[in-house]
Amino acid sequence: MNCMDSKQPETGLLGPESDSQRTLYPYVTGTSVVALKYKDGILMAADMGGSYGSTLRYKSVERMKPIGKHSLLGASGEISDFQEILRYLDELILYDNMWDDGNSLGPKEVHNYLTRVMYNRRNKFNPLWNSLVLGGVKNGQTYLGMVSMIGVNFEDNHVATGFGNHLARPILRQEWHENLSFEEGVKLLEKCMRVLLYRDRSAVNKLQIAKITEEGVTISQPYSLKTHWEFSAFQNPTQGAVGSW
Amino acid sequence: MSKSVMEMPPKGGFSFDLCKRNEMLSKKGVNPPSFRKTGTTIVGLIFQDGVILGADTRATEGPIVCDKNCEKIHYMAPNIYCCGAGTAADTEAVTDMVSSQLQLHRYHTGRESRVVTALTLLKRHLFNYQGYVSAALVLGGVDVTGPHLHTIYPHGSTDTLPFATMGSGSLAAMAVFESKYREGLTRDEGIALVSEAICSGIFNDLGSGSNVDICVITKAGKEYLRNHLQPNPRTYTSSKGYSFPKKTEVLLTKITPLKEKVEITEGGDAMEE
Repeated sequence: MNCMDSKQPETGLLGPESDSQRTLYPYVTGTSVVALKYKDGILMAADMGGSYGSTLRYKSVERMKPIGKHSLLGASGEISDFQEILRYLDELILYDNMWDDGNSLGPKEVHNYLTRVMYNRRNKFNPLWNSLVLGGVKNGQTYLGMVSMIGVNFEDNHVATGFGNHLARPILRQEWHENLSFEEGVKLLEKCMRVLLYRDRSAVNKLQIAKITEEGVTISQPYSLKTHWEFSAFQNPTQGAVGSW
Repeated sequence: MSKSVMEMPPKGGFSFDLCKRNEMLSKKGVNPPSFRKTGTTIVGLIFQDGVILGADTRATEGPIVCDKNCEKIHYMAPNIYCCGAGTAADTEAVTDMVSSQLQLHRYHTGRESRVVTALTLLKRHLFNYQGYVSAALVLGGVDVTGPHLHTIYPHGSTDTLPFATMGSGSLAAMAVFESKYREGLTRDEGIALVSEAICSGIFNDLGSGSNVDICVITKAGKEYLRNHLQPNPRTYTSSKGYSFPKKTEVLLTKITPLKEKVEITEGGDAMEE
């Protein structure tokens, strides 16, 4: 069942039969993921909502997962494609462990693998409808990168997907600096997530913050942010202007 | 047309007669010229003594910057100013029109204009044109009832807010406001916050750029700070300056002052009401 408004897709090149074989639009989606590098590693935040079109269908979706020993993956977009990516990565890490050579895949390698997967899928007109954020620490080196559903990938000190690009990145560009402490990093992420909560319609007030350092991954318990609605101007906004709201 | 068709009074609003012809022309490859849009960041906020409006100064025509330092804060009344985003011609025309309507209204009533008057005149006009007048406005001012700040959308809906942003850079500016706004800001704090929001739009949005314009309106009066901040100066200017080779020789200088004073003739007929 397709409950989203969708325009009729252009099937010119591939014909009607092949439509059932490829992804045309996302169904259950997660909203933005925001991540930044701090002194000891990477901090990443994502809320726990899975929307089915304009309905908030799932309220406990974990959109951040640890990968191997050194990486943390966060995803926005189609949840089923994220679960498929986790299966691919699971297989990748398993084969890597089977070598049993003391070496393990670091965040750079996982990021490269994901870029190849996403790009090749898009070339076949059958994309994995996700924007992925990959962060990790290996041998003292912190790494934070992003891959989009069409295979655009880059590495930066702070990244955000979806709406986060428009609302969180301006804040991060202004307030991020090298060697943030853990508390400062969490405060900055919460600031970004709060703005997203106010202004993104698909955001929910239940989020997790994940931390990855040389020691390993910690994903916090879900919690909610305090919001401020007590502006005096909100009390009786249209007392001067009847017909407005 | 035959005389048996009744003469209908002319209906207001947009006339769609040429739409089919335009469609036919674009199919043949003849496209209409692109609009000069202001692709903008405009903001407003209410502080303890009044209203502060801010805007960037870049005007774009598709991918090209056609005006590096345009004025987006338009005068409506001595105590009311309006920032405009969207199609530049639409914002200019609609604010000019309502500004003159407000002036006539002031003559008629003998009182200072109120912000809700400007608001109603603007929203009625924009709704009448069903969104085709592409003007998104942030209207702010101080009148006898206090400071007011409103946003007006091209289709004619309005909001009354303590802080507002519009234009392509509105999300970047709103991110700054949502994290830093609080009630009872002083004038300097308000100007600093508005400048920060516009700079956020200038540096994070491609449709906004150049300088920051600010307008502070209080009960005492207005302060129009044109180019309050110039965070994008020209970096490599030639220190030698520019000289033009062939000079024009001045042969004769003659200055004729035009009539400066208007002569009042006493005892003329007073104007009819």
